[in-house]
Amino acid sequence: MALSEKTRAEAREIIARYPQPRSALLPMLHLCQAEEGYVTPDAIALCAEELGLTKAEVAAVATFYTMYKREPVGDYHVGVCTNTLCAVMGGDAIFAALKEHLGVGNDETTDDGKVTLEHIECNAACDFAPVVMVNWEFFDNQTPESARQLVDRLRAGDPPMPTRGATLCTWREAARVLAGFYDGRADEGPSAGPETLVGLKLARERGDSAPAMERGAE
Amino acid sequence: MNLTPVLSANWDQERSWTLDAYEAQGGYQAVRKALAMEPDAVIQLVKDSGLRGRGGAGFPTGNKWGFIPQGDGKPHYLVVNADESEPGTCKDMPLLLASPHTLLEGIVISSYAIRANQAFIYVRGEVLHIVRRLQAAVADAYAKGYLGKGVFGTGYDLDVVVHAGAGAYICGEETALLDSLEGYRGQPRLRPPFPAVAGLYASPTVINNVESIASVPAIVAGGADWFRKMGTEKSPGFTIYSLSGHVTRPGQYEAPLGVTLRELLDLAGGVREGHRLKFWTPGGSSTPLLTAEHLDVPLDYEGMQSAGSMLGTKALQIFDETTCVVRAVQRWTEFYAHESCGKCSPCREGTFWMVQIFDRLERGTGTEEDITTLLDVCDNMFGRVFCALGDGATSPVVSSIQYFRDEFVAHFTERGCPFDPTASTLFAAAGARG
Repeated sequence: MALSEKTRAEAREIIARYPQPRSALLPMLHLCQAEEGYVTPDAIALCAEELGLTKAEVAAVATFYTMYKREPVGDYHVGVCTNTLCAVMGGDAIFAALKEHLGVGNDETTDDGKVTLEHIECNAACDFAPVVMVNWEFFDNQTPESARQLVDRLRAGDPPMPTRGATLCTWREAARVLAGFYDGRADEGPSAGPETLVGLKLARERGDSAPAMERGAE
Repeated sequence: MNLTPVLSANWDQERSWTLDAYEAQGGYQAVRKALAMEPDAVIQLVKDSGLRGRGGAGFPTGNKWGFIPQGDGKPHYLVVNADESEPGTCKDMPLLLASPHTLLEGIVISSYAIRANQAFIYVRGEVLHIVRRLQAAVADAYAKGYLGKGVFGTGYDLDVVVHAGAGAYICGEETALLDSLEGYRGQPRLRPPFPAVAGLYASPTVINNVESIASVPAIVAGGADWFRKMGTEKSPGFTIYSLSGHVTRPGQYEAPLGVTLRELLDLAGGVREGHRLKFWTPGGSSTPLLTAEHLDVPLDYEGMQSAGSMLGTKALQIFDETTCVVRAVQRWTEFYAHESCGKCSPCREGTFWMVQIFDRLERGTGTEEDITTLLDVCDNMFGRVFCALGDGATSPVVSSIQYFRDEFVAHFTERGCPFDPTASTLFAAAGARG
């Protein structure tokens, strides 16, 4: 299915952000995922046309990056971190529990089209291990049981709030933000999780601080 | 040991991510001071402070800036590396979530110093809310005249673009990041030429880690001597240490460089109750593993080097005695194999074959010769590849065999992994819920 004229116009907006057009390719691929849910042959053709590249050149880029999908993704992409630290802390058990609970394997989608399950690499939240990401929002300190409840709610149309993030949007809506089209939700969610603040809180309790700055210091 | 919250000092403030909250805490004052200085004086100040790159390599930030040719007639670029993906590393993402304006203030100062009118924030794509906070912060800074034409009422122009990556660890490597930002597969470039001479679009480019750039406003505000009151002579200043794993209170601890793991563990309530330290990484999986015998080595660039490791990203992953080191390193090796860009044969092939060897070792069908082969593969990778990914892939393998060879052997003498993976989970104590 050909992509819409709106997407084509927005692709041109993206190109205009950069000193050289080809820099727009990654966000343009995110934008195409926002319309179609994954990177289709038509999406590759659109990027190639707009950037004056061959389809092979665009496909070479699209297949290099794991966030670009070659097949349809459910409304909710559930990523379980199984890199070493999360795996050891329980990520392996969570991933096994979700495979069984959802009846899908890695990179597969439930029959209702709601949830795609994938094991993911380190997502920079190790102090909150084990971590599960839903549409790239943080669900911290998970257990097999909490993860099962999480996916049940996703499938029931009652998505819970991320631990540190905004009200869950769909996979496609998330891709649109990654393409650089802000959705106005930055003010949702907290500044930080408790683990983020543990050192700061301790410093305040102990009266620790950096040395005072002298006035007029240079 | 004294904690020194500077970067983290405003993280617990109400709506800390907003421009108003940042300014209420004294934000965007340092940039005014910097813009009244000559650009070269700002570079000199950062050189004098001794700030070293916080992304892992520890290269002096001011020196990096000083390599940018001036008066060359080419556009200059600042690229912030926010592609935080090194396993265990989790300091830049909380900083950006809580206080994106700290980075933006650092970007204005740094770009002014190197005479760049365009900066990019290359943020990994898998952190949606952090991308939003950056987008909102940039938009608010433009609206206030802190970015765009004539920033802060001066004659200096600066544009900033937030660029989301798409899932590739290799793009944390600075030249692979540049290829990715130019719209190519993220593969590292041969150096020289270095990015300072021919970086983004073959123009002079500075690439710095989030924490490095975010440290610049405090250095401008406090001065080089103030910065040097913290840390050691060769590794001055404050930094964020991230504790994760089998520790009572995991999280972010901002302290002077040169503290020890023993001191940090004391603050964090020690290794989880009833257990003892087995091995740890000083700065992510690419830094050689250390053990309890290294608890008192200073966590600075020199100290970690003297212990045969590297400071890296200060990502302290703590593993207790329930953890199988073979399983841990197997998983990291699978990671490097997955993330190898494929450009250099020793890395592409070496990581692939090491995964096969680890698979049979962990299943109990390995042999003594497999251990020798692992070390041989590592010997043929280290120093024989374009970038640090291949070198980093060898770190956990070589160091784990160095410290835990008996455990590798036990896997094939006992015909299987002697560990119960349930025992190392966070919910083991609660009766393995699930």
